[in-house]
Order: sequence, then structure tokens, then C-alpha cells
Amino acid sequence: MTSIIQEVEKLEPKYYEPDKFPKGLNRKVVESISHIKNEPGWVTEFRLKALEVFLSKPMPNWGFIPQFNVDLNSYVHYVGSNRKKKKSWEEVDPEVLESFERLGIPEHERKYLAGLEAMNDSETVYANVKKELEELGIIFCDIDTAIKEYPDLVKKYLGTIVPPEDNKFAALNSAVFSGGSFAYVPKGVKTPMPLQAYFKVTAASSGQYERTLLIADEGSELIYSEGCTSIQDFETNFHTAVVELIAHKNARIHYTTIQNWKKNMYNWTVKRGICYEGAHITWNDVNVGAQTIKYPGIILYGDNSTGDVLSLAFAGSNQIQDTGARIIHIGKNTRSNILAKGVSLDGGINSYRGLVKFEKTAENSYSHIKCDGLMLDDRSESHAYPYNEVHVESAKLNYEATVSKIDEDILFYLQTRGIEEDEAKLLIVTGFCDAVVRDLNVEYSVEISRLIRMILEDGKAIKRTTPKLNKNEIKGQTC
Amino acid sequence: MNYILELIDLHVEVEGKEIIKGINLQIPYGEIHAIMGPNGSGKSTLSYTLLGHPKYKVTKGDIKFEGESILNLTTDQRARKGMFLSLQYPTQIPGVTTMNFLRNVIKSFYGDVPIRELREKINSAFDKLQMKKDFLARYVNDGFSGGEKKRHEIVQMRLIQPKFAILDEIDSGLDIDALRIIAENIQEMKSSQRSMILITHYQRLLNYIDVDKVHIFMNGKIEFSGGKELAIQLEQKGYEQILSTVK
Repeated sequence: MTSIIQEVEKLEPKYYEPDKFPKGLNRKVVESISHIKNEPGWVTEFRLKALEVFLSKPMPNWGFIPQFNVDLNSYVHYVGSNRKKKKSWEEVDPEVLESFERLGIPEHERKYLAGLEAMNDSETVYANVKKELEELGIIFCDIDTAIKEYPDLVKKYLGTIVPPEDNKFAALNSAVFSGGSFAYVPKGVKTPMPLQAYFKVTAASSGQYERTLLIADEGSELIYSEGCTSIQDFETNFHTAVVELIAHKNARIHYTTIQNWKKNMYNWTVKRGICYEGAHITWNDVNVGAQTIKYPGIILYGDNSTGDVLSLAFAGSNQIQDTGARIIHIGKNTRSNILAKGVSLDGGINSYRGLVKFEKTAENSYSHIKCDGLMLDDRSESHAYPYNEVHVESAKLNYEATVSKIDEDILFYLQTRGIEEDEAKLLIVTGFCDAVVRDLNVEYSVEISRLIRMILEDGKAIKRTTPKLNKNEIKGQTC
Repeated sequence: MNYILELIDLHVEVEGKEIIKGINLQIPYGEIHAIMGPNGSGKSTLSYTLLGHPKYKVTKGDIKFEGESILNLTTDQRARKGMFLSLQYPTQIPGVTTMNFLRNVIKSFYGDVPIRELREKINSAFDKLQMKKDFLARYVNDGFSGGEKKRHEIVQMRLIQPKFAILDEIDSGLDIDALRIIAENIQEMKSSQRSMILITHYQRLLNYIDVDKVHIFMNGKIEFSGGKELAIQLEQKGYEQILSTVK
């Protein structure tokens, strides 16, 4: 008997090779990922425990989930580096190439964004870790490196803000995460420039599971931004990331996301941060493409801590954006501010879903929630589902919601100034977005206004003026 | 005679109700005409109609600008032909800074202007209206006082340099200094190539402005026209008395 088992083991190695993962998810898949990454035992255990949670949890049922036609068992959950890289411009999705033109993406960035060169996909490589950061004692690397080089820090915080038990997809991410950022800013230090990361999804049919962990030590300031572009085209693509932020006493974290993915992407991302005494977190979240379920969260744990969630979502044709915020007030005198803006067009559906909870301990705390929906046609939808729980008398909560269309009088006023109708509409929509967009990094701002134009063009709200590429031009493109 | 604007038997409906009931009016190049009349007489309807607000439907008659009918032109086309409108209540534009707005306004007339030249143009218009530059960073008309909104309208008129302007109650809600500054700017912009219609309730605006004609508007029609002295009589005697003596 023993010899037969030994024979089988010889035939079937204990681990999958990096480029030969099968579809689906099981213990061997998880162990193999951990093995390839040469992770310490505690990480493997973390992953395996998460796998159990994932398998035991039922599928959630809100947002895009009812029409979530993704069979997770049909996915390869780890993609080795050999299979990820595209070789030439011909392999790049024409729509993506065209979007480079329409958005005016600088030439030198295109090869990275198109996935032709490293800045790998599932494993994020940070090309621009500056010496300057090191001199300040700031750690900024990918999570795999952090596990190897700063195991104590990672072990102390990983999974503490978003535990695998939190929900089915947090568990999935915890089991198979690969890539993502890690940053630590020491006491009293400020990031001299926004820490920046690009995430892309390229390999066909590969889920992407980044894991990001950012820690701002006492009195420090951490500014982080990510911009996302998807390349994947032919099959439904699923993405679930987990982001955890820790803002220690009097620290500040500002986290900016611009997600511009193809509409056939499904994105379930869990973002959550904790604020200790006097700390502050801002989530600045812009969602353009994809079908999204995302509610950036802040736990206001320490007294006098504050949090802002500023979000903007565009829902176009066949798109459901289910976004919002989760704020848990625990400390005294804590304050939160939620501004959720949604633009619906061409039949798209925007939903704000937000939870604001005041625990018994959150005396004299305050939350202001404002949801604004802008609908560009009668076929589109805008919804708000606010959930408020107040367990302490001295807390105050202020909620307002508006749904509007493009104002006829504003349109007229702009036109009396010679501005064409489409340009006037663009200006009005840009104005609607301003309160969220103005806090993004300056370098995004030009791209954002072009992005809004592209969205309105694609949603048939305005006529198309941005460049169209024909196939020959695409083939002839070099970089 | 060469007219910049001609209204020919103009009838206008708003939401199915006829407000303007047959107006004939010619405005020669270089003239400023004042339109006075009681509330609800259709004065503002005329200003919306001239620039083609979609709610205001011309049911009969014609509007000719520089000899050509403009009824089939969109609002922005009319504006680019040289027509300017200052509304009684200038609209707020949430989220759009005044600087960005003015940049777009200038662009629609003059194309892309180098940023330095743009700044100079805007600064000089602001100086003329004695407006602080910090308005540029604020959203258009958002939190502006009544007077600031009106100054901002004339800033735009200065930047655009239209051939024809209709200024609807540009003098309402102004303190004495603001009234003088705005009126002086209007007078300064009077030229042989530019005409204007001033809609007003008060003669005081005309103290500063060299008006060529005054029309009295009542019940959707021009009831009476005269020279500048008509405005003074009107202020002393009121509409009813003037019209009864005339008739």
C-alpha cells in the first residue's frame, strides 16, 4: 500500500508549477502559490485558513451578484510570469490602444499600461521606488517582498482590518493573493510624493488578487495613489482585492483610486482602514469601468479621529456600480464625511450603499452623508441605500440625497456664452464631479477631464470627437 | 437704414401660453434702446426668446439679426454670431470655477488662447468692473452677491465683445457704486458697431447711459416708444397715467 502512495506522489508532484496551474481552487492550489513564493509557514497557514472560510461561506446576493455569470472554478487562480507577458502591440486589445489616444496617455507609459513590459501583472513591480523614500525610512515595496524582508510588520497587521472571515471574497483574496503594495511610513515622516502603483489585468481569464497593506506610524502622513487599466477582452474577468490601512495616532492617510477598466470586468474590492487617536483617513475613489462592488470603510477607533470617503462612479451601458462607504464610529468626538457621486448614462445603474454606525462609546460624534446622482437620460438609474445605526444619544447624523438631470437653465446659460451644447454638457458633468475629483493628484486632473469626455461619448450623451483608430494604424504603432 | 436687429410681428408662447403678442422693433447699429414696463409684461420672455431658450416658442413672425432670420439657429450659434444676453438672475454652475468657465467662454469665440494672454484679458476685464480676482477660483455665481453676479455678467460682455447685447435688469439689486461702475462700463462699450437693449424698471440707470430710444412694454406688446425723456416722465407718473395721456 505505502509503495502505491509513493508511486502516486512521484507521478503527481506535491505542487503545481508556476505556469501549469489548473482551473479552480483547492488546497493544492493555495499551497502551491505559497510554495512558489517561498513564503514562511504562517503565511501558508493564513492562506489555508482563508480557503476554508471561502469554501464555507455562501455567495452574497446584492449588487451585480445576481447577474454575476462567473464560475470561479473555471478560473486559473495563479498565473506564472511566462504566461502573462504580451509580446507585441498586435496582441493588445484595440479598444485599449484607442483609449490611450483618447485619453492622451503619454507614449512612454503606454507599453507598461498595455502590458508589453514589466510592471508585472499579478505580481506588481514598483519601478520607481526612490532613494529619497529610503532615506526617510519609508518602506514601499510589493507585498511579497514585504513578507520576506519585513515579516514582523506584515505579520502584525495582515488580515487585522479585513479578516478572511469578513466576507466570501475577502476570504478568496486571503487564500490566493498575489502582488499588491506594502508601505510603512515611520513616526512623523511625510511621503514626499504620492506613492504610486499601476494595476493591470492582462492574462486572459486570470483573476487578480492584490493585497495592499499601508501603515502610517504616529504623526506621519501617507499619500498613495493607484490608477487601473484593464486589458482583458475576450472572457469575463474577475478581480477581488483587499486593501488595509492603519493610521496610528495623529497620522493621516490619503488613498486615491482611479479605476478605468473594461466593462466586462467584475470587481469586488474590500478597502478598509483604521484610525487611532486623532488620525485621519481619506478614501478618494473613482470608478469608471467594470461592474463594481466596493464600499471603502473607515473604523474610527481612536478619540477625535476623522474619516472622509469621497467617491465618484460612472455607470454606462449594461453596467452596475454598487459603491458606497462603511464608517464605524467607536471613539469619542469622531467625525466622518461621505460624499458619493454617481453619473448614470446609457441605461447604467448606480447604487449608493452605505453603512454608518455609531457604537455606544462614540459620544459626541458626527457624520455627514451626501449622495448625488446625475442621470443623463431616462433609461438610466440612480439609487441610494443608506443604512444608519446609532447606539449613542449624543451622536449626530446628517443625510442628504439628490437626484438630478442636466439643468436646462445652466445649459442655456453656457450656450448663451457661445459654448456648444455638447461642450456645455461636458462642463456641467465635470462640475458635478469636481468635489470628488479636485482632491486627486494634479497629474490625474487632465486625464480625468478627458476620461469624462470619453465616458459621455461612449454613453451617447455627446457626439464623439476623440480620435478613432483603424486597424492599420494600430498595427503600425510602435513604441 | 441698416438694422442689427429686427423683430417682425413676433409672437411667443411659453408652455402653451402666448406671452408676446406681436412685436415690431428695429434696432439700428450703434443704438442703445431701453425697454421699460410693468412686471409680467413679457420683457424677460423677449430676452430668452432672442437667444433661443427651448421653452420659448416663436409661433409667428421673425427675428432677423444682421438681416438674416436666426429662428433656426441654436443658442450657441446665435451667441457666436454676436448676440449676448445677461439674465436677470444669472445662473449658478456648481463645480465649475469661474476661471474654467471664462476660459471656455473665450475659447468658444477665439479658439485656444495662450494662458498668459487669457489671464491678461480676464484680469483687465475684472479690473474694469472692480472685481476681486479671487472670484476666479470660486464656482460660477456660487455665493456671489446680487451685485457681484451682475458685475460678472459685464465682465463676460467685455471678454466676448458682442455686436449686440440684451441686458435684462442689469441694474437690479445693485448698490450705488456698483450701479455706477456697471453703467459706466456699458456706456464705455457703446460703439457704432454695437447695439444694446436694456430692460429696466428705473430711470436712474439711464443717467449714466446714452440711450437712443425708450419703449414701453405692456401686455406682450410695445405700447409706446419715445426718447430718453420718456423714462423720466414714466418714473414721475407711472405707466397707466403716461399711457392714458398719450392715448
